[in-house]
Amino acid sequence: MSAAPSPLAREASSEHRAADDPFVVAVIGNPNTGKTTLFNALTGLKQRTGNYAGVTVDSAIGNFEVDGDAFLLVDLPGSYSLSPRAPDELVAVRALIGRAAASRPDVVLCILDATNLDRNLYLLSQLLDSGLPVVVALTMVDVAKREGIRVDYRALAANLGAPVVPIHAAKRQGISQLRSALRSQAAAARGAAVRVSFPAEVETAVGELAQRISSAPGPRRDFIALRLLLDVDGFLARELADELPAEAITYAAEARRRLAQQDIAVPGIEIDRRYAWIDSVLEDSLASGDGARFVWTRRIDAIVTHKLWGTLIFLVGMALVFQAIFTWAAPFMDLIDGAFGALGDAVGATLPEGALRSLVVDGVIGGAGAVVVFVPQIAILFALITFMEDSGYLARAAFLMDRVMASFGLSGRSFIPMLSSFACAVPGIMSARVIESRRDRLVTIMIAPLMSCSARLPVYVLFIAAFIPARTVAGFIGLQGLTLFSMYMVGLVVAPLVALLLKRTTLRGPQVPFLMELPPYKVPSWRVVLFRVYDRSLAFVRRAGTIILATAILIWALSYFPRQPEVAARYDALRAGVTSESALVDLDRAEAAEQLRGSFLGRAGIAIEPLVEPLGWDWRIGMATLASFPAREIIIAALGTIYSLGDGQDEGSVELRTTLQAATWPDGRPIYTPAVALSVMVFFALCSQCAATLATMRRETGSWGPPIATFVYMTSLAYVAALLVYQVGSRIGW
Amino acid sequence: MSRTLADLAPDEEATITAVAGSDGLSHRLAELGFTRGATVRFVRTAPLGDPIQVRIRGFELAVRNSEARRVVVG
Ligand SMILES: Nc1nc2c(ncn2[C@@H]2O[C@H](COP(=O)(O)OP(=O)(O)O)[C@@H](O)[C@H]2O)c(=O)[nH]1
Ligand SMILES: [Mg+2]
Repeated sequence: MSAAPSPLAREASSEHRAADDPFVVAVIGNPNTGKTTLFNALTGLKQRTGNYAGVTVDSAIGNFEVDGDAFLLVDLPGSYSLSPRAPDELVAVRALIGRAAASRPDVVLCILDATNLDRNLYLLSQLLDSGLPVVVALTMVDVAKREGIRVDYRALAANLGAPVVPIHAAKRQGISQLRSALRSQAAAARGAAVRVSFPAEVETAVGELAQRISSAPGPRRDFIALRLLLDVDGFLARELADELPAEAITYAAEARRRLAQQDIAVPGIEIDRRYAWIDSVLEDSLASGDGARFVWTRRIDAIVTHKLWGTLIFLVGMALVFQAIFTWAAPFMDLIDGAFGALGDAVGATLPEGALRSLVVDGVIGGAGAVVVFVPQIAILFALITFMEDSGYLARAAFLMDRVMASFGLSGRSFIPMLSSFACAVPGIMSARVIESRRDRLVTIMIAPLMSCSARLPVYVLFIAAFIPARTVAGFIGLQGLTLFSMYMVGLVVAPLVALLLKRTTLRGPQVPFLMELPPYKVPSWRVVLFRVYDRSLAFVRRAGTIILATAILIWALSYFPRQPEVAARYDALRAGVTSESALVDLDRAEAAEQLRGSFLGRAGIAIEPLVEPLGWDWRIGMATLASFPAREIIIAALGTIYSLGDGQDEGSVELRTTLQAATWPDGRPIYTPAVALSVMVFFALCSQCAATLATMRRETGSWGPPIATFVYMTSLAYVAALLVYQVGSRIGW
Repeated sequence: MSRTLADLAPDEEATITAVAGSDGLSHRLAELGFTRGATVRFVRTAPLGDPIQVRIRGFELAVRNSEARRVVVG
């Protein structure tokens, strides 16, 4: 948002609007009330929805028109109250007093969940104080009706002093009525007539405080005065520092002290008064029958959050998620792999031998394939997560996992980002948006890449098949399977330790309340699930695609240049002497390996050999690892090239496996022992080798600090762990 | 010692008499509807003993024991 204009200019409201300026509507409501669904119905946009408190975090903007009048909708974050408990909870108040944009909104659209009016009216009562016209959209009226909750809309509207429009946004019911209500309220530009009254002492203090605020008298100033008096933590005072005389701030503190002496606690008095008002409002506008409500939700919960059954369902569910990500996605991934390989061959055949062909085939097509190959996993992951979220299960999973996450300083809300990261850290980091606490969110984002993502799997598969003997230990446990399992455990063990360390040091702070709503279960909507899958896959391709593609091209350039004409000349001479097809292929591959050795990348690998020798690695592994920093799966193709097998190798290649097994140091010792293989795998398990992940971190946190810190800690950790594994492993004879 | 929400038995209901403390947590609890006179129900405990599932003003909420101990019941 642009810088706030001068305080006096900001008083501007509808009377200062140019005729063709759109009416600005601020949309606000408790979490999970159907705000996004309504927003989409009003504007035709497609924001994501979900049956999980905290889904709307990004604020969205949309437009619509009513009878030729343009409206601009601004989505404010879902919250239970206007009182900030942290600086980032000021967003709504900032918007209501016109500091987030050039002027105050023309009308406030408040969403109330008809099944939950008690709590929802709290926020509404605070909005009425803003002095802005308010329109109420009542959602979930279908559910309320089913549950025997009868709302008298007319009585409610009269008690609130604002129009109340019952809607069912998904079915587009009530939308046009809502539009006309917005239009007439915005045009009338009259604030709501009803306000919660406070004791005379409080009202006097607010009036006195308003006098001390330098902006123009009026509803905006009164609203600021009230919020300022109730703002015990001083968040609003600091936000308004440029607009408020110091006198006003000291007056507010003094008034609170005086009120306390008169037995009026601030902000306790606000809460008491509002709930008393809510009770009186609901007395004659709500009849909620005597029957038990949400019977099905309670029955399901009795099993799903049950000590034994709940735990079993959770474990089986998570096992299924994993199974789905890895097994169901595999055929699609193979198809994509094959398709990009074939595309590369086809395009390659039309281009002359040389830098351009290599760039297009290896750099561009190979790089794009490296991104698209993950789409099946991302799509399946999001289908399952959205299903869990929209049905209401996700909140229960967070409920079950909270104790575990709390033991390393996080909360149940961090569970989903960590789970998603087993497929790919990019969507994992994006789903950390549901975490309210800024510090917890940062910690979660920084440990998410430690979860063993699917790009690590090919590395494990190759090295385990080649170097871990296929025997059983303790009679029945396969050693290869055990190794694979251990690789997954490495991240799972290290991540909590890192989280604890971060929470104890740089990201230390008071524990934030957990307080998570457990919404009623519902049948998930297929439209919502499919749209989410499409939307997230596209976002992944867009975000990961550009960065992986760019870095793949960079790595290609570093491994292609400088060309060595003398090498090419030597091989040309050799080629002239042979006729057999296979001998020619061998010569081509040997030439590629020699060219690579002399390239910038090869030279860098040789330069860092002393650094990687303590890990048991030779310069080839060092080089392949360097090449894998933008995207870890590159190591397979890099090893294929350096061992003269061509770059078309995959983790299942028998040729690559036997070549690695046969590789030796100059003195004839084999390079790859189980200890070396383990050292490479542990390095890949812990290292931050994914440019897309770092770029996503930057985007989601708005700063380069977290990605840089993550890169440094993960890479150092990987080095130390690989060193330990090799040094210990080689001594005990692995 | 007064009884708190955390001390209730599963499926037990009680009336709130106070929310202890005057910090952000006590205000957040009150804003969510844990106010004097309101009825609160302890539904059940999570499998690992924390958090707990409670019902207040017709909706259900997961709260940690440390938070539930702030809610004094009569
Ligand atoms: N039955 C019913 N469900 C609704 C209604 N409005 C929204 N929903 C559902 O309620 C859940 C929360 O909606 P969403 O728009 O994401 O809420 P937000 O968190 O306030 O943005 C989603 O599963 C919606 O499909 C409604 O009027 N009736
Ligand atoms: Mg939303």
